Amino acid sequence: MTTRIERRKRRRIRQSWGDNLFDGLTTLILLIAAALVAYPLIYVLSASFSSPSAVMGGRVWLYPVDLSITAYDAVFQNKQIVTGYVNSFIYTVLGTALTMIVTMLSGFCLTRKDFYGRSVFSALLVVTMFFSGGLIPSYLLIRSLKMLNTIWSMILPGAVSAWFIMLTRTYIKSSIPEELFESANLDGCTVYGMLAHVALPLSGSIMAVVGLYSAVGIWNSYFDAFIYLSDKKLYPLQVVLRNILILNQMDVGAVQDLRDLATRQGMSNLLKYAVIVVSSAPLLILYPFVQRYFVKGVMIGSLKG
Amino acid sequence: MVGQAGANRNGMDGLNRASGAPRGINRRTVWQRMRASAPYYLLMLLPLALLLVFKYYPMYGLQLAFKDYKTRLGIVNSPWVGLKHFNQFLTASSAWNVIRNTLLISIYSLLLGFPAPILLAVCLNESPSRRFRKSVQMITYMPYFISTVVLVSMIIQFTDISSGLVNQMVRGMGGSAINFMGERRYFRLIYVLTGIWQGAGYSAVIYLAALSGVNPELYDAATVDGASKFRRILNVDLPSITPTIRILFILNTGSILSVAFEKIYLMQNNINLSISEVISTYIYKMGLQNSNYSYSTAAGLFNSVISFAMVFITNTICRRFSDGGLW
Repeated sequence: MTTRIERRKRRRIRQSWGDNLFDGLTTLILLIAAALVAYPLIYVLSASFSSPSAVMGGRVWLYPVDLSITAYDAVFQNKQIVTGYVNSFIYTVLGTALTMIVTMLSGFCLTRKDFYGRSVFSALLVVTMFFSGGLIPSYLLIRSLKMLNTIWSMILPGAVSAWFIMLTRTYIKSSIPEELFESANLDGCTVYGMLAHVALPLSGSIMAVVGLYSAVGIWNSYFDAFIYLSDKKLYPLQVVLRNILILNQMDVGAVQDLRDLATRQGMSNLLKYAVIVVSSAPLLILYPFVQRYFVKGVMIGSLKG
Repeated sequence: MVGQAGANRNGMDGLNRASGAPRGINRRTVWQRMRASAPYYLLMLLPLALLLVFKYYPMYGLQLAFKDYKTRLGIVNSPWVGLKHFNQFLTASSAWNVIRNTLLISIYSLLLGFPAPILLAVCLNESPSRRFRKSVQMITYMPYFISTVVLVSMIIQFTDISSGLVNQMVRGMGGSAINFMGERRYFRLIYVLTGIWQGAGYSAVIYLAALSGVNPELYDAATVDGASKFRRILNVDLPSITPTIRILFILNTGSILSVAFEKIYLMQNNINLSISEVISTYIYKMGLQNSNYSYSTAAGLFNSVISFAMVFITNTICRRFSDGGLW
């Protein structure tokens, strides 16, 4: 009883009209921000499910008009897109796996005090956060390794990331007690055993963070492929998307018999929306389920900073 | 006992480093320690190899900036030419235009883009409803997952003069359609605003993390002293996240000359090229399209040296006028 009265009293004291106004203002700002971010995404989704004429005529505002999936039919029949999808998937899986292995190995070793040369390796990593060889030397390296137009150029160069390794090191250091390693050591555990049976099982969530960031990075990047690949069969999805969406290299006529210019233009327009949806869908669907790992990654990162 | 032993060992370390210890002991200790660390070296084999080959070898290749690259001779055997390429870069009028473009785009991004996530984070932190806060956070974070290619194609689609959403709105409100991508003057604005659209939610998470660490007693004390919510933000929240803001600001000034290649390259067209050409795209065009390897490497090296200097200068200023910087 008393607590309720107290609570009521407190609320009355705390909320002056100025504070109420302020609450209203922040809520308004947040609502506007959310709407500004969400609306373009919703529009793309709705437009991709509408008919070409509805989109061209400006009749689509929020929800699909004249519901149709012709655009998606065309997208999934497009060989380039399908190949791009498969390639991106392969690069993402292999690249992420390698990144995770490298990150776990180095992150673990960097936390071990008996690793002689630890500070040297650590310094070597930090330097790469500020300096890099840049475009031309990297390109010449890949060329001299004969890795141009191979899957290796997509997987190997980005595998060592100082940021991921430092993140993992901080995580292991702060969340796995040193005593655990000591007792494992006393029980006759080798270094490999400590990695496999102590560090690895307890680093699940940081590996999830690293894996997700790395996967999103690889899936969405086009620069490396743009520079290192010229063989169309190896193109990842983003390069295919660039050709279709920005350079307008998609033959609409091949998909449907569209004679007049207006319809053709409408269809090409619609296809673009569908392509955007199809290419972004995997990550956006995955996102709500893995959101907490992303937030966690930023948290660990900011602890260190 | 244990403490003493530790102190002893530290003492010896110090001696060794000052090379005051007898050599024999020093060498044996190093050798023994390296033998004891053997399993680590085995574990580090793959990471170290990748690091040296893909990060350090290109740095070694930076010598190209001081040489005339001949494919036949390779990087190492090409003849030295000193600062020729730097001179050429800094005396070319096109280069200054490129540097100016880069600076302007970066400064606009910094001025408009830097405060946006802070504002978002403070508002999110103030929101009384947890569920509302989570939903807004999730929505604003979403564009981070959209690739640059998709983002730029959305820009092009939306600003299309006949069928684009933006122009439909403009016409709906009685205006006449604007060719946004076809006019130079909108380029920077579009670049910066879409950058905020994509990045603000993501960057806000860092500030939110810092805000969640604010001691609640400070709020209570401020409330007791009769501070309004606005005052509490000014006098409690903002001072608490100042270190985070400072660090991110220093890091951002470091990237002031390195406008990312991907987005700007995709947004370029013949009309906006005179203001959209930045150092990274210039390096790409000079280097890989015109095969001007040495010149392009010199431009890149100039870029990263200036970037590092910027971080250094900002850091020094921050340390001089407040209580801390990056290092």
